[in-house]
Amino acid sequence: MSDVVEKTLSALPSLLSLDSQAGPGKLSSSSKLGNLIKGITELTSKHEEEKLIKKELASLKEQVASPNTTMRQMKEIMVRAIYCEMLGYQASFSYIHAIKLAQQGSVLEKRVGYLAVSLFLKETDEFLLLLVNTVLKDLQSTNLIEVCMALTVVSQMFPKDMIPAILPVVEEKLTHPKEIIRRKAVLALYKFYLIAPNQVQHIHSKFRKALCDKDPGVMTASLHIYLQLIKESPESYKDLTGSMVTILRQVVGGKLPLDFNYHSVPAPWLQIQLLRILAYLGKEDQGTSEVMYDVLEESLRRAEMNHNITYAILYECVKTIYTVHPKSQLLEKAAECIGNFVLSPKINLKYLGLKALTYVVQQDANLALPHQITIIECLDHSDVIIKRETLELLFRITNAQNVTVIVEKMLEFLRLTSDDYSTIDLVGKVAELAEKYAPDNVWFIQTMNSVFSLGGDVMQPDIPNNFLRLLAEGVDSVEDRQLRLFAVDSYVSLLQGETAKLPQRFLQVISWVLGEYSYLREEDSDPGSVMRLLARLLDQRHTSTETRSWVLGAMTKLCSSPVSVALARDVCERYSGSLNTVLRQRAQELMILSQDTKLRASVLPAEGRLESLEVDSSLSFLDGYVSEALAAGAAPYKSPHQRQEELVQEKALSLEPYGLSLPVSLSSCSITDRLTDRQSPTLLSMSSGLSGNSTELSHKEGSTALKLDGVKRVWGKDGYLAQQQSAGETPIPQVELPSPLLSPQSPPSQTQKPSSGPEPDQEKRQLASSLFVGLGSHNSVCLMGRAEPAPRHFRRKPRGESSSGASEGSSDSSHSSRSAAVDNLLLSNLLDTTTVASEGGAATTTLQQTSQRTLDHTTSNGSPHVEGTEQRVEAGGPLSLIRGNGMVAVVPPTHTRTDPQTQPDLHPAPALERPRDLPLTSHLPAELSGLARSELTTLCSDHDPSLALSACRVYKEDALVLLVFISNNTDSTLHQMALQLTCKELEISCISGSPLKEVKGHSVSVCLHTVVMKRASVQVELAGLLSYQRPLGQPQAAQFSLSLSLKHFLRPLTVSTGDYGKMWLSFSHDLKQNLRLVTTEHQEPLTATLDALKGKLHLHIVDVIGSEGIVACRLLQGQGQGQPCLLHCRVHADSLAVWLRSPVPELPDSLLYHCQKALTET
Amino acid sequence: MARVETCGSRLLRRLRFPIDQSIMIKAILIFNNHGKPRLSKFYEHYNEDTEQQIIRETFHLVSKRDENVCNFLEGGMLIGGSENRLIYRHYATLYFVFCVDSSESELGILDLIQVFVETLDKCFENVCELDLIFHVDKVHNILAEMVMGGMVLETNMNEIIIQVDAQNKMEKSETFIFQSPRQDR
Repeated sequence: MSDVVEKTLSALPSLLSLDSQAGPGKLSSSSKLGNLIKGITELTSKHEEEKLIKKELASLKEQVASPNTTMRQMKEIMVRAIYCEMLGYQASFSYIHAIKLAQQGSVLEKRVGYLAVSLFLKETDEFLLLLVNTVLKDLQSTNLIEVCMALTVVSQMFPKDMIPAILPVVEEKLTHPKEIIRRKAVLALYKFYLIAPNQVQHIHSKFRKALCDKDPGVMTASLHIYLQLIKESPESYKDLTGSMVTILRQVVGGKLPLDFNYHSVPAPWLQIQLLRILAYLGKEDQGTSEVMYDVLEESLRRAEMNHNITYAILYECVKTIYTVHPKSQLLEKAAECIGNFVLSPKINLKYLGLKALTYVVQQDANLALPHQITIIECLDHSDVIIKRETLELLFRITNAQNVTVIVEKMLEFLRLTSDDYSTIDLVGKVAELAEKYAPDNVWFIQTMNSVFSLGGDVMQPDIPNNFLRLLAEGVDSVEDRQLRLFAVDSYVSLLQGETAKLPQRFLQVISWVLGEYSYLREEDSDPGSVMRLLARLLDQRHTSTETRSWVLGAMTKLCSSPVSVALARDVCERYSGSLNTVLRQRAQELMILSQDTKLRASVLPAEGRLESLEVDSSLSFLDGYVSEALAAGAAPYKSPHQRQEELVQEKALSLEPYGLSLPVSLSSCSITDRLTDRQSPTLLSMSSGLSGNSTELSHKEGSTALKLDGVKRVWGKDGYLAQQQSAGETPIPQVELPSPLLSPQSPPSQTQKPSSGPEPDQEKRQLASSLFVGLGSHNSVCLMGRAEPAPRHFRRKPRGESSSGASEGSSDSSHSSRSAAVDNLLLSNLLDTTTVASEGGAATTTLQQTSQRTLDHTTSNGSPHVEGTEQRVEAGGPLSLIRGNGMVAVVPPTHTRTDPQTQPDLHPAPALERPRDLPLTSHLPAELSGLARSELTTLCSDHDPSLALSACRVYKEDALVLLVFISNNTDSTLHQMALQLTCKELEISCISGSPLKEVKGHSVSVCLHTVVMKRASVQVELAGLLSYQRPLGQPQAAQFSLSLSLKHFLRPLTVSTGDYGKMWLSFSHDLKQNLRLVTTEHQEPLTATLDALKGKLHLHIVDVIGSEGIVACRLLQGQGQGQPCLLHCRVHADSLAVWLRSPVPELPDSLLYHCQKALTET
Repeated sequence: MARVETCGSRLLRRLRFPIDQSIMIKAILIFNNHGKPRLSKFYEHYNEDTEQQIIRETFHLVSKRDENVCNFLEGGMLIGGSENRLIYRHYATLYFVFCVDSSESELGILDLIQVFVETLDKCFENVCELDLIFHVDKVHNILAEMVMGGMVLETNMNEIIIQVDAQNKMEKSETFIFQSPRQDR
């Protein structure tokens, strides 16, 4: 069939030249589109094309504006506009007409209108709002084609906010008699799920129905949804495993109608989809995996015909087998399959084979062994994609023994490639391997030199940064000195040669290293030689301004000898007049420092390189100035990014109502309200001018001049570096993923190693032995991944090693780290937190950290867990006891809970209750029993020994429920009971149904009241009066009082960062204060503090970024959701700068009081 | 602290990609041997300039590939990267390129392109480049029956043709009403 296509397509050029007579009916050259296209094909230059299209667009614009244009003509115009847009010329004037066409045209015109809309408009376009009604109308149309069109356009794009408007109609279509409509409706709903998951939450059951639809097409469509859902949370859909397996078995068994066959393979795409779903379901789950073994085997067996599409199924099958819990028998077959792929002469299959190998060698490097020769052949393959995939595979099996060969191969490839993507990718890999496995200093420096010169200016900026940090880290041991000295020497010789070809980044690295470590060249007789080289670099035309400022920075460090000073003066004269302010600044610095030796020694001390400097990147020392300026009416600072956004927004239609009354300082920000998802808290603080990202920006711009000079980098690829260094006292073990192949499967056919392949020539064999060294049988113990006897981790150089005694210390640390690794393995299995592995350190620490994480996990996950925590926290908090005389005594908590590991567990409820409480709590209404509650407080028990009153608070999501237990300890019944609670700050309503009348002897009654605050206040007193009458007695009354604090009325407010940003800008009452930071051993101060606040005050931590955290809570007030309060916390020196905002004036004050209290108690 | 870092980078990623990579087909491009676009359909949001850049870059990547190499490519800076993959087929004067999520089955997509071309061939009776030029709207309609919102809707050629035919029938009746004896199929 494709031959036919090719034949006709190859006849095309002749067709084009024939113009009007060509193709009967195909070329309606009389049409305007025909003319346009003919015009374009005749053109020779891009410029002419532009002219022609501009003309065409102008004429289109005229036509659409004309009132005489019919819908039919409009349709033709739209097709021409589509053509122009496709060529990259904007026809924005036609957008509105496209919508009109979709609205008003007949079915046929409508179709073109919809098509044009879906091609012209983007999801975010405001024009789309105009389409909502049309879509709605068409969805309800009786014409199936119109319904189909509407569903198609909906699945392409639809304004998120308008989904509720059409959701019910689309939902309805799930039960439409026509299969095609049901299918399209399912996909439309999937699209809704992707853009607004919350809105389709309620129809998950309907998805299930779609999965069970009698039409396989609808079922297939629903698999798209399930693939996504299962990918997101496999745990929730384990129950579907059986169904999926059954479906796959039926498909594989050919139970589907023959229509579904493609090249006599039953529904191949469906099979692929199902296999992928099974992979997600069976991943790390033995039980689930066992269910699917049979069907996987059957798939493998059935898919043995020779067609492209069967290979697709086979490949997916192999991937699934290697993803799910391993079964040796299946793995063998899969390995065999991979072998067939790799050896296949078909290049597509070879590619997939290599990809599969790359995937599986991460679990068992030995799987690569049988294919050594093929892999080596692929290294020299004519297809670069194959070559690159092979290098990727080699990257995965690199170890300390084969690193030199593999890196050499990679560099070879790099020298030949001109493609940016491969360069960036591979350069990163080489740098990683070099840092991890470098056999010696010389090799390391040389390799990094190649990386820098080949990677040029496209490589990731963290490569040079990491490299410089690596050089700077570590103590001045002999080894470090050697490394640095070698780097200096090699750079000096590089600079002596031709420098024009060296990339700017490399030159920057060179100048930094020379500036820092040139003093190591002791034998250097000529003190000014390095200086001269740098000066020469400075003079060269190709040197960029940024590099020049690096060079000047280096010179500043070097100008110690008289020769250098003279040189420096020379340079200064030239650059102090530079137009570039940075260069001028540097030149001035150089000038002054070179003349004043003392000053230079204090500014740039030779030994001070490793001292960490505190950098306040948020510029918080300017806070006072900023708030003064703001108070004086200055506009808040906006980052360039934000300004850009606003410009874009201003151009768009404004959907905001007018007259938002915001305080002066905020009014100019109001437009950012609409930047929903794109608003980050960093932006937020920038809008206030508190923490500029100017520093961040300059980091990004390739670490501008001298950024690294003496300044310790706090953030790096692996997270917070300072922490890492302290945590990384011991070499951190490389923690591999636990291999599913730990089962006693022997490495497949190692005997093949020498004899495989038809007489491979000597060279290849040699290469093979050097490439695959370290993968052989001798380390079969170490089945998981790379096995290196003594990997030399360049990066993680133990800092304190020399101080703690060389040999002893290292053996010790390796031991402890191994045990840590084991723990890590276990834990990472349990928790799926890969970060655990990077923590290192003693096993116990890891455990603690992990337990902390578990808590984080559970608390952040959803309400049921939160309740558990609340309960625990409450028990630890201060509890007020009311004495008989009505005095309130605040009893300090019995034990504070700063350390997470001291917390017993997440469900400590039974343990907390004192035995004597048990009878009372058993009176708790069922609907409240699952909720978090406080301990029982006794109220005025000694007023009348025969009557005991106790109170208990239950924290409901929307209110505080106050329970008063009235226990009658006498035989006689109490009559005329009435309980009255009064407090002017609270809104109290009784929910226990009819107010109780009597309490029988030796029984307990409970009164339930919901309490919310009228206005926020730190603490309120609740007065209670219980009146009752004993038989034959006088009416009596018992008074009591109860104090409730603001924190009892706080609930976490779960908002997204985007919503937080919106809310932040709309709240007018704010308050700033510095609070004490909580310091614990295992946590960042910020995290620890926020966790403490969260635990004590039921706050919700929205996001933590760097040294800033945003937190939200709401106060139960009046009816409904209550009043929000937002906190923006930033670590500043050793305190926490908190900025509270709320729509209610009193709330920030009161909340701040409780925050202070909570932190002092911690 | 590693947690904080991942949190930050996750936030960044969210800012960069409004919709995550759960859409399997990101874009479908058809251009001729000279890089002239014949059809472009994006299922993910890019601005116009980026779209044009993607077309140019894709053409640049695809056109320098020999005939006897594999049909898969990764490495477009704009749409490729490690997240995505380009899968293409070359027919005489035209390149059909699907840009898909990297977890997508490469061979499956390759055959999907074949199904697409075969369907075009059936609908246009020996399809050629000119059909794609002059009937851009029809090609889009055929594609819409096959891929909807970036998801594969139908892989069966006959089914696709039935749907397209149903629409064309209506088109015929309408053109008849409007008394225009054009020889459209």
